[in-house]
Amino acid sequence: MRPVALIGLGKTPFGAFPDRDLRSLAVEAGQRCLENGHVRASQVEAFHLGNFAGPAFVGQNHLAPYIGQGLGLEGIPATRFEAACASGGTAFFHAWAAVAAGIYEIVLVTGVEKMTSQPTPRVAEILASAGDVAGEMKAGATFPALFAMIARRHMHDFGTRREDLAAVAVKNHANGARNPYAHMRKVITIEQALAGKKVADPLTVYDCSLVSDGAAAVLLAPLERAAEFTAKPVRIAAVAQTSDRFALDEKEDITTFPAVRRAAEQAYKMAGVGPREIEFAELHDCFTIAEIVALEDLGFAPRGQGGSYTSEGCTLPSGPLPVNASGGLKAKGHPVGATGVGQICDVALQIRGEAGEMQLTRHELGLAENLGGSGASAVVTILRAA
Amino acid sequence: MRVYTETVVYSAPEAYVNEAPYQIAIVVRDDGSRVTGRILGDRVSIDDHVELAETRSGVPYFRKAGK
Repeated sequence: MRPVALIGLGKTPFGAFPDRDLRSLAVEAGQRCLENGHVRASQVEAFHLGNFAGPAFVGQNHLAPYIGQGLGLEGIPATRFEAACASGGTAFFHAWAAVAAGIYEIVLVTGVEKMTSQPTPRVAEILASAGDVAGEMKAGATFPALFAMIARRHMHDFGTRREDLAAVAVKNHANGARNPYAHMRKVITIEQALAGKKVADPLTVYDCSLVSDGAAAVLLAPLERAAEFTAKPVRIAAVAQTSDRFALDEKEDITTFPAVRRAAEQAYKMAGVGPREIEFAELHDCFTIAEIVALEDLGFAPRGQGGSYTSEGCTLPSGPLPVNASGGLKAKGHPVGATGVGQICDVALQIRGEAGEMQLTRHELGLAENLGGSGASAVVTILRAA
Repeated sequence: MRVYTETVVYSAPEAYVNEAPYQIAIVVRDDGSRVTGRILGDRVSIDDHVELAETRSGVPYFRKAGK
């Protein structure tokens, strides 16, 4: 396998954009990415699209060639990847694998979701289709409900407090307020987070990520050719994709995600680093409890202590391990198919020193964790300055 | 049978909007297997004993044991 570099990136803001359709968002992110990487559409050899539920949200299927055409990509393989909330990370993993294997030189990866054109109960139903429709969802579960049950058990087993969950939301909202591309740029207090409208006990609206529209894109090329395209190449030090049991009630222990642990183990080995060397991370905070569990599964905090680690300030931008300096899914927004690619853009922006008000002081080695469903899919990526 | 974990759902999917708020739980059966079901009557907590009240469209409905 040859080393691979990220040579370009592009994003749309995340938010509710009633006047924008799915294709225009994906095309905008893709075009910004091509410009950023100084790559012409005719040089792209494959197009990978991460998208969770375009067919359900907007009624359009066969999305990769549909969007590829809008980007001026002609004749090349154009493929959609779907792995629920890990759709973007999965599209990225397979693009990396193809470039590393020498199959393609330049691959464009774009993630997109257009969610806000549907009413909330319909959004909940579409999202629920990423769970076990004939089992847990038929009983009336939603994704917030699945993660609420994880939170309940984590609180029971480890003494995690409601305030620890709120600390994740307060931090990510404060971070998002510094991100011009974030859906919600609003600072909140711990009292507000605790008093939020109930979604599924113990989670309130402040524990849940946002329903957003948006797109993000990255360009991959062999590291040895990166200097042809950019003065600031970012090395893909590692990326690993894994899977695990599908339904929450099929897992032995719901307070940990074995898929994330396996992906982390593989990624640390590939990059030749451990969790202590990682300088910052973008974690999949679809719900506040998910960031706490991720801290533990990735080895940043001891098992059961992700909540206290957060409440002690360890994951603040000024802390030893800044987490979700972008605002995370919580404040930046969670256009499902775009999320995994957006996280990688945000890690790369930090490494390139282009994160503006979000810029961290230690920013040469960063990690992104993208989770699908209630842990049936996971992708962990480690990026470093080339 | 015991409650492994539970939540009360306030924001329901389209099909169950009229039933919210309702409680769901992952229940550990006596053979150790687990199933997600609804809770009828009194709210339950982790480790509470429950019994099967009925099954509707394949979904088990439990209630607090001894009620």
